[in-house]
Amino acid sequence: MNTSEPEKFLLDGLAKEDKQAIERIYRDNYQMVQSFILHNNGTMDDAADIFQEAMIVLFEKSKTPGFELNCQIKTYIYSVCRRLWLKKLQQMQRFGRQTDDMEQVIPVEEDLEIHEKRQLDFSIMENAMAKIGEPCKSLLDAYYIQKKQMQQIATEFGYTNADNAKTQKYKCLVRLKKLFFAQYKTIQ
Amino acid sequence: MDDILLIDAAERYVKGEMTPQERTYFEEIRKNNPELDQLVVEHIFFLNELDSFSHTRNFKHALQETEAKLIGEGFISKAPLTGKAKIIYLWNRSKRTIAVAASIAGIVSIFIASMISAFNNSKAPNTKLLVAELNEQRAKTRQIEKKVNQLAAASNTPLVVEKPRVDAKFRATGFLIDAANNFIVTNAHVIKEARHQLIVENIKGDQFKAEAVYVNVENDLAILKITDNDFKKLAPLPYSIRKTNAELGEQIFMLGYPKQEIVYGEGYVSAKNGYQLDTIYCQLSTSANEGNSGSPVINKSGELVGIITSMETNAEGVVFAIKSPNIYKAVDEVKKIKDYENIKILSTPSLKGADRVSQIKKVQDYVFMIKGN
Repeated sequence: MNTSEPEKFLLDGLAKEDKQAIERIYRDNYQMVQSFILHNNGTMDDAADIFQEAMIVLFEKSKTPGFELNCQIKTYIYSVCRRLWLKKLQQMQRFGRQTDDMEQVIPVEEDLEIHEKRQLDFSIMENAMAKIGEPCKSLLDAYYIQKKQMQQIATEFGYTNADNAKTQKYKCLVRLKKLFFAQYKTIQ
Repeated sequence: MDDILLIDAAERYVKGEMTPQERTYFEEIRKNNPELDQLVVEHIFFLNELDSFSHTRNFKHALQETEAKLIGEGFISKAPLTGKAKIIYLWNRSKRTIAVAASIAGIVSIFIASMISAFNNSKAPNTKLLVAELNEQRAKTRQIEKKVNQLAAASNTPLVVEKPRVDAKFRATGFLIDAANNFIVTNAHVIKEARHQLIVENIKGDQFKAEAVYVNVENDLAILKITDNDFKKLAPLPYSIRKTNAELGEQIFMLGYPKQEIVYGEGYVSAKNGYQLDTIYCQLSTSANEGNSGSPVINKSGELVGIITSMETNAEGVVFAIKSPNIYKAVDEVKKIKDYENIKILSTPSLKGADRVSQIKKVQDYVFMIKGN
């Protein structure tokens, strides 16, 4: 099945971190996920957590070059939430009966494996960022994450010129890289 | 220095900023020097990781904000506390009372003000949340205007600290509940206005970055973590946090930031429940002002019994504080969050029997100004 135009538009918005798209997807699908979780031994808080994670999975997918969803957003979200929740129930050994399925389900195991790997990378980077300290953290954040110009960064951080800021940025980057790979390689 | 040159080259290569000649030359070097090529490959991989990290982080922020917005609208409900039936029932009951009372009466928050209107509508019209909003306050009185100007001046003054000072939009109070892991508690309504940055300021005026790790709008409690590496850990809390409710008539004192300097206040517990008999709160007879939201309420033996949240607008000296057992419930919730399982309330009570002046001296380092924009 091909993705319909409005759905494609939403997914494009999602890939661009657009809040309106996020809100739309919430409004269209949240109640469905919440009632699934509540019917299967979960709480409202569980529903909110699982939904957020599913949104991240969908976001990652929407950013993959050349991606196609091949089903409705609704089906995808439901399938991901269902899988995530069953896994969590298993971990907590809280599950008693077979889940009540209210919607169509598609296989998402592969996507979730990719998601887990990405979350791991994310937390390694987050840890490394937390360890490098200031002003490195803010400096790298401004350049690589907020994508500010070197000249602007130099002014904001009080460096005499863009070249000084650049040298400092490289030093910080080398440190971050070391911290990142130290952990990344032990885990691989 | 070679490393730096290499990184520079690799980045320009990835971004397509090299001239064709440079590009050919660079590719040539890579071909002839496998070791160097390996470094470039590694660096490109790393830049990709950094890039996807930044996108995921931005997305998570957008997600949080959207969720918060939908929670605010009531579209998403998060169960208060551990979701125990009784607590939900009590909350629902008081919610109904508040709704009924809404047409008749009015509370104010001790924070500052743009949120006051929003909060009054959803809670109770005769109470006021006590957060200080730094811009609106300007319009109120000349005296305050002067203070705000001083404040603005202060935030423009370059400091010894290399970090830029934050231009705060609001000010309130918070206090440490876990000195080992730097967790601070304050009111949820305080941080509602923090869209970009959240910082805490200690009694010396040093600012540190913080982030909200837990927000419970219904109980109006939020737990923040100081994430700034420059923050030096303090010794365990000098006050204990009481697990039972405050007693009627107990003498209490509080420390907060209704202005750009810490302010002491005292009073007593005047009722066991809050506005419209809300069981989350107790009522105090004392005075509080905007900026006092999140102030610790401590009894004379050094037990923390509550958190200042709001005051009644129709009567003088009627202030509401969240009862301390709710802090434990919030901490239990935070324990379930990944990376924050280590939160622990640990105190070595040292206030009992001390005179008030030395009690204050011990407590003041644990009370922070909460600011943000």
